[in-house]
Amino acid sequence: MMLKPFFVCVYVIWLRELRKFLRERSRLVAMLGQPLLYLLIMGQGLRAIFTIDVPGFDYLSFMYPGIIGMTILFTAMFASVSIIWDREFGVLKEVLVAPVPRSAIAVGKALGGSTTAVLQGTILLILAPFVGISLSLVAVLQLIPLMFLLAFAITSLGTLVAARTETMEGFHMIMNFIIMPLFMLSGAFFPIGSAPDWMQPLMKANPVAYGVDAFRNIFFAGSPALDFMVYYPLSYDVLVLAVFSSITVLLGMQAFRKVD
Amino acid sequence: MKWDEGRALIKVQNLTKTYKSTVAVRDISFSVSSGEFFGFLGPNGAGKTTTIKILATLLRPTSGTVILNGYDVVRQAADVRRSIGMVFQDPSLDDRLTAVENMELHGMLYGMPRRLMKDEINMLLELVDLSDRQNDLVRSFSGGMKRRLEIARGLLHQPSVLFLDEPTVGLDPQTRNHIWEYISEVRTSRGATVFLTTHYMEEAEGCHRVGIVDHGRLVALDTPNALKRAVGKDVLTIRTSDPATAVTVIQRELNINPDLDGETITLSGLDDGEALLVRLVATVPGITAIGVPKPTLEDVFLKLTGRDIRDEPASAVERMRTRHRSVSRRGRH
Ligand SMILES: Nc1ncnc2c1ncn2[C@@H]1O[C@H](COP(=O)(O)OP(=O)(O)O)[C@@H](O)[C@H]1O
Ligand SMILES: [Mg+2]
Repeated sequence: MMLKPFFVCVYVIWLRELRKFLRERSRLVAMLGQPLLYLLIMGQGLRAIFTIDVPGFDYLSFMYPGIIGMTILFTAMFASVSIIWDREFGVLKEVLVAPVPRSAIAVGKALGGSTTAVLQGTILLILAPFVGISLSLVAVLQLIPLMFLLAFAITSLGTLVAARTETMEGFHMIMNFIIMPLFMLSGAFFPIGSAPDWMQPLMKANPVAYGVDAFRNIFFAGSPALDFMVYYPLSYDVLVLAVFSSITVLLGMQAFRKVD
Repeated sequence: MKWDEGRALIKVQNLTKTYKSTVAVRDISFSVSSGEFFGFLGPNGAGKTTTIKILATLLRPTSGTVILNGYDVVRQAADVRRSIGMVFQDPSLDDRLTAVENMELHGMLYGMPRRLMKDEINMLLELVDLSDRQNDLVRSFSGGMKRRLEIARGLLHQPSVLFLDEPTVGLDPQTRNHIWEYISEVRTSRGATVFLTTHYMEEAEGCHRVGIVDHGRLVALDTPNALKRAVGKDVLTIRTSDPATAVTVIQRELNINPDLDGETITLSGLDDGEALLVRLVATVPGITAIGVPKPTLEDVFLKLTGRDIRDEPASAVERMRTRHRSVSRRGRH
């Protein structure tokens, strides 16, 4: 019965995110700085000592999908923070007083944040030749929905957290306790299989790890080192991310029903 | 009360709102009729924002009922929301979007047909004199321009009632007057019912009826003139050539304790000022001037609450809000 207002609200919030993102091109460029630093400094620096006797393995190209995952993680979380900002400075009140279901805010925010994160991730694909990966158009077309899936999982999580957080200070704390561990334990720098036993369960509970693993499944599909670099089959990565996003987005919608 | 209940657009009955430890609104009842310009006057922390938020479905009442445009604010929230436009006390524009974009997103949220929305946006931006800035980012707007845009936005979906919570707070006096003119203008040109809160007396003067709120209670409700008449007739001031003697005479002959302030003697708390006027002239020697001071809503507030509205210290929440606003402004540039 509230179906049309629901989708209208999702669309409005998504559109608002996208317009602001496209308007701030400086942010787009600034967000590229960090992945470049990681690839140039960390990647190049570690490449020399990270030589393993696995044919077809190269550390820099191994790390590259992880850096795309990192960019998506950071962009998507950044988009979720804006909910708290909006609430604090009133923009959200305009939506709360409109005749639309509040749960749509969670979905709109998650979709908006995911879209911007995917745009950001897609731009990073330009760097593939520089890290020794040749990408086919088919691979790009497979990567985009996978990036979206990871981004949606993260923005749903961020939105859920933001709905329950009252202040910016609270969010900063959560960011430090959530984002950095999610990043470190994503398998971006080392394969899950070679991590110590105590760490492996943590990595298996990390949605970002499934995103990075999914990217590697595409990037290294034809590589002899594929089995060393990926941990799960692609279908399993997709399944875990889909289930995780569904649950978090539903919880986020629920949380927004109670926001005032 | 000479009140036509049948035409009531807003009907509030025994409304109470309790936060954890504070009773913000205590057992308030009143009605607002269609087309009325209704004001809530009271100091910071009186419960004005809380009341408006309940009327706008943003807060649930602890007890009592509110019917707006025939809909119950708790059970028919979506219908109530369609019936109202809202200008919040704190800015709620997206300042990284343009004026038109802010308007369009609003129109879409209210499900307006595209063509109608475009026409209305043009007309309303014209009305608040923002047509030439319509494609500028809101972050470049002054405080007064933002307020005008919010007023235009609140009217876009053609609501039955426009709520304005302290629409001129934080603006300089000149801008305040301007905003005030715009509100009058949209009110007359759109025929909208306006419910406004303020702690400025001058603003309440312009309303059809004013409710005076204090500590969550509605202590009076009437037209500004009727409110003033109620306190006005019992004050007189006189000047004489010999004030000291006059005071003694008044005390002895009329059994009244006047206040002496410089040359001026003030008699207040009188039962019947007019009758007294005659006796005063007959008994007090050397009267040079008699004044029947025009009471203001300030006097009404003073009489009803025993306090001066201007002396009221800002509540903690209010102070925080003000600080917040200045922080946000700095943070966004
Ligand atoms: N969210 C809240 N939690 C607790 N107390 C509140 C809250 N909002 C307002 N109050 C208190 O309720 C009272 C009325 O506040 P408010 O409605 O904002 O007054 P006004 O708008 O007239 O300045 C004040 O004492 C204020 O401190
Ligand atoms: Mg207030």
